[in-house]
Amino acid sequence: MTSKLDSKIPEGNLEQKWTKYRSTVPLVNPANKRSLEIIIVGSGLAGASAAASLAELGYKVKVFCFQDSARRAHSIAAQGGINAAKNYQNDGDSTYRLFYDTIKGGDYRAREANVYRLAEVSANIIDQSVASGVPFAREYGGLLSNRSFGGTQVQRTFYAAGQTGQQLLLGAYSGLQRQVGTGNVKMYARHEMLDVVTIDGKCRGIIARDLTTGKLERHFGHAVLLCSGGYGNVFFLSTNAMGSNVTAAWKAHKKGAMFANPCFTQIHPTCIPVSGDHQSKLTLMSESLRNDGRIWVPAKLEDALALREGRIKPNDIKEEDRDYYLERRYPAFGNLVPRDVASRAAKERCDAGYGVNKTGEAVFLDFAANTIRYGKIEANKKGMHNPTEEQVVAMGKAVVKEKYGNLFDMYQQITGVNPYEQPMMIYPAVHYTMGGLWVDYNLMTNIPGLYALGEANFSDHGANRLGASALMQGLADGYFVIPYTIGAYLSKEIMTKAISTDHEAFVEAEKNVQNTIDRLLSIKGSKTVDYYHKKLGLIIWNQCGMARNEAGLKKAISDVQALREEFWSNVKVPGSANGLNQELEKAGRVADFLELGELMCKDALERNESCGGHFREEYQTEEGEALRDDENYKYVAAWEYFAGNKWELHKEDLIYDNIKIAQRSYK
Amino acid sequence: MEKNLNLNLKVWRQKNANDKGKFEEYKVNNISTDMSFLEMFDVLNDRLVTEDKEPIAFDHDCREGICGSCSMFINGQPHGPKQGVTTCQLHMRSFNDGDTIVVEPWRATAFPVIKDLVVDRSAFDRIISAGGFISINTGNAQDANAIPIPKDDADEAFAAAACIGCGACVAACKNASAMLFVSAKVSQFALLPQGQPERYQRVSEMVAQMDLEGFGACTNTGACSAECPKGISLTHIARMNRDFLVAGMSTNEK
Amino acid sequence: MNWVIKMFSSSLGQKFIMALTGLFLCSFLIVHMIGNLQLFKADDGLAFNTYAVFMTTNPFIKVTSYLLYFSILFHAIKGILLVVKNNKARPVKYAVQNGAANSHWTSRSMGVLGTIILVFIVIHMKNFWFEYKFGHEIGYTSYYTNLATGVTVSKEMSAEYTQFNKMEEGMTADENGQYRLVIVKDLYKAVAIQFKEWYLVALYVLCMFAVGFHLFHGFKSAFQSLGLNHSKYNGLINFLGIWVFSILIPAGFAAMPLFFFFK
Repeated sequence: MTSKLDSKIPEGNLEQKWTKYRSTVPLVNPANKRSLEIIIVGSGLAGASAAASLAELGYKVKVFCFQDSARRAHSIAAQGGINAAKNYQNDGDSTYRLFYDTIKGGDYRAREANVYRLAEVSANIIDQSVASGVPFAREYGGLLSNRSFGGTQVQRTFYAAGQTGQQLLLGAYSGLQRQVGTGNVKMYARHEMLDVVTIDGKCRGIIARDLTTGKLERHFGHAVLLCSGGYGNVFFLSTNAMGSNVTAAWKAHKKGAMFANPCFTQIHPTCIPVSGDHQSKLTLMSESLRNDGRIWVPAKLEDALALREGRIKPNDIKEEDRDYYLERRYPAFGNLVPRDVASRAAKERCDAGYGVNKTGEAVFLDFAANTIRYGKIEANKKGMHNPTEEQVVAMGKAVVKEKYGNLFDMYQQITGVNPYEQPMMIYPAVHYTMGGLWVDYNLMTNIPGLYALGEANFSDHGANRLGASALMQGLADGYFVIPYTIGAYLSKEIMTKAISTDHEAFVEAEKNVQNTIDRLLSIKGSKTVDYYHKKLGLIIWNQCGMARNEAGLKKAISDVQALREEFWSNVKVPGSANGLNQELEKAGRVADFLELGELMCKDALERNESCGGHFREEYQTEEGEALRDDENYKYVAAWEYFAGNKWELHKEDLIYDNIKIAQRSYK
Repeated sequence: MEKNLNLNLKVWRQKNANDKGKFEEYKVNNISTDMSFLEMFDVLNDRLVTEDKEPIAFDHDCREGICGSCSMFINGQPHGPKQGVTTCQLHMRSFNDGDTIVVEPWRATAFPVIKDLVVDRSAFDRIISAGGFISINTGNAQDANAIPIPKDDADEAFAAAACIGCGACVAACKNASAMLFVSAKVSQFALLPQGQPERYQRVSEMVAQMDLEGFGACTNTGACSAECPKGISLTHIARMNRDFLVAGMSTNEK
Repeated sequence: MNWVIKMFSSSLGQKFIMALTGLFLCSFLIVHMIGNLQLFKADDGLAFNTYAVFMTTNPFIKVTSYLLYFSILFHAIKGILLVVKNNKARPVKYAVQNGAANSHWTSRSMGVLGTIILVFIVIHMKNFWFEYKFGHEIGYTSYYTNLATGVTVSKEMSAEYTQFNKMEEGMTADENGQYRLVIVKDLYKAVAIQFKEWYLVALYVLCMFAVGFHLFHGFKSAFQSLGLNHSKYNGLINFLGIWVFSILIPAGFAAMPLFFFFK
């Protein structure tokens, strides 16, 4: 372990760590809180919940988001649900089991202490959300309903139809707006953070750009919380929102904060496939569809070709000529294997030439079998003993519509294909990034006073995140972790008076930001920002996506470097910096992605093993499963930045005292 | 099946809040019917940038119909001709070759134009700040299952809470009224036991803020609900009216 | 009283006023309709004229009628103020607005329909209400009802005839028997004369369309404004709004001028 990385995990039993730490962490008295200022960047689940909670405690909070309202943060798009170890279903769930599932699901690359704490506070999140008016789904008895999700054997997922993220975010947002109303929080919407300011090694504020007026602003804070989400948009095509970006985290990284496990990205198996070059983003179809859909491709290459060329329709392919490859490879879990496994299997088939859609990059998700099964159940319920096939199909369709109607409608809206008549086509897409800024147990980066919460940090999901755990982590960090752990730092800062933003560090940082903006506008090249973003995305997707190998990663690194150089000499950013300029905003973000992309490949190249979302083709079992190397790679890879895009690797060893490490098997 | 369209666009261009603004016409060719409406704008903007012209500013983010950012008034309707979808989910197969499409920003006193098709909807945030919350500090909550909630009430509260705050209701209303937006939040909390303690105070304060922002009054035309991408029902407006009446007549206030 | 002003000056409060006054005016329409059905009675206007006297002299009705005038004024003024306020909420109009795609035209035209109705009410009251109460154009008619046969014979009084009350009653007799004599201000005749003018008939019929369309939206909208929206009762409200208030009542009123025109 390098001395620069002190994870500050409290001593004691796993079960006692958080309880004990929470009771001993230094406190800040209410009077002092009023003079301590906290800057929060990002207003998603982590940011909004942290802002509300800290303001309730009495801190002076400023919140920044690039969207026009805090409510639009991308947490809003999460569909499936939120996990919590409530054991309401009496099916044997417990804090330990949630902890265990998360560590295992993360392929043993997450910190035990952090994950256990996450599992512990998960139950409080549900209480808090319900109390703040989140309308979770309920049973007829009036109690909360649960569903099951991939990678677990208990029902612990709370949900609000397919809009759980939206409801949870609106809950946190209402708490935030309440504090805005009382004046404890000052909200800066349509503002983008463009640098952190450090003074004497401590984080002391940020430089932000008012996106409406174009003016740069300096803001002082005793502490800065980055709750700015993940970096999936480095791929250009992802399920992230168009504006999701790495800029806040990246600027912090360039000021000294370490970036951990950047190569751990999650590819979600059920997205609507790319339809053409015009595609701007990918849309997720809820994982819940895999409960009732069977995934297949044609078993014969000639059928696949005929489908691609539109000569035959999927329903023309006979049952025996279909390859239900997940059921074939993983008989125990079948279509419900974890996300990384399902995604890779789809890629394997498509690479082998069995893919469908005109691009050859799609597989079928077929509801026909279950439509008939549901139809028969309905017929039974109605006492129909010899229903005709049409009757069965009609009744089955009604059941499917009831369960997935909105998803089917969305699919038809986007693709123009009726999924009740023809099987859906799906393909994996980038969805979430497990990597992020390195943080200690307090969620503080290695820069004192600079914190990272939610998807922006690396801490809880290891190499692969389980479904319905992102919402849990974001809210855990914001509601129940940071309000305590920030005391460890701020209790020592009570004597620090607000530093004037005329301080040279602020002046210097603002000057640098201004220079970057001026440079972008002055290139006046010939290619648009999107041109470079798409090119970058393709490089990363092909070489650092679902499967990676040494040669590809090496090539990707030089390709990204070359592309970055071209970008800085040939990008075309129209307009001026005075006022709303969306191309300029994009350019700044893509410039950061062009640096991050290289680090991702470097990290992937350095990690000579396969684990979770990181699959190195050189390291697989004979059956094509991921082959982990716990002896040599059971660590967090934290990268330190040096000027000129140079990095040094620091390793934080992962210690498993409470869990026996095993190979993940879903056979 | 996929086809390609040639279209005439008439788009509102306005440099900033003080500019008068005017319509600008653009021809776009070879637009795939598989594209979303915003992807068509991406194509146009790409071209404008290459031609050294200022691209069209518009709000958008998630592009899957949930964040509520996108806000285009297309051929006389918010979010275009299809009901139940946002602009980002509107696909070009809803249009025909040779169509002329007029695109305007949301128009309301309370939603001033910032640039082109981008408007300032912070009035909605201020209405929420005025009372659109349950005053509970983090950590105060009892067990989530301590109060059972009838499923119908929970479902109805959810239906109200599905509002994405896009402002299509205001844009569609001939009076630029924000009743549907405000009532969705009032109704959500009015239906839940957790919302009861502040129920009447909430409705009074949110309505007061709504009036202050300069939204119009409700004529019950139903345009808001018809154009709402989430299909929020007028029954929520009725519930708010009721609660407001009760609040006015019965609560203790000076 | 502060709270009353506060409540009713809010946008919702103003709508309560519109709804309450509107529904009160609806209830008046029913009374007015029933009363005016006397016009169709073939008695040369005895019943109608008696009814007119009752309506203008009964103290309870008198009080109610002041409430009515107040409601009309309040409904109209509030309506105009709301239109102004609503226009201010969108100073820059859309170049293209496809209202038909999301709402019924009546709901978007309440101001225009209401204005037509207001103008109509002014004309209508000038022609009948004002003339009847304060004018000198309307003369008297005497009605002799034979108590034995029940046959009524009417006789116009001379133009100069006048009496203190709008109606005097008495008994009289001749060789054919005993009569009940009623001398009453003959509003019926005024109606009959006026409705021989084609332009007035046309105006009345057209304005009844305006009333029908106004109530097509207005009736159910009033319930919504008062927060009375429930799936169990909406059917009844819609039924009353459409069949009674936007069809039956306007049609009934429109039938009156037509009846006299073609009589």
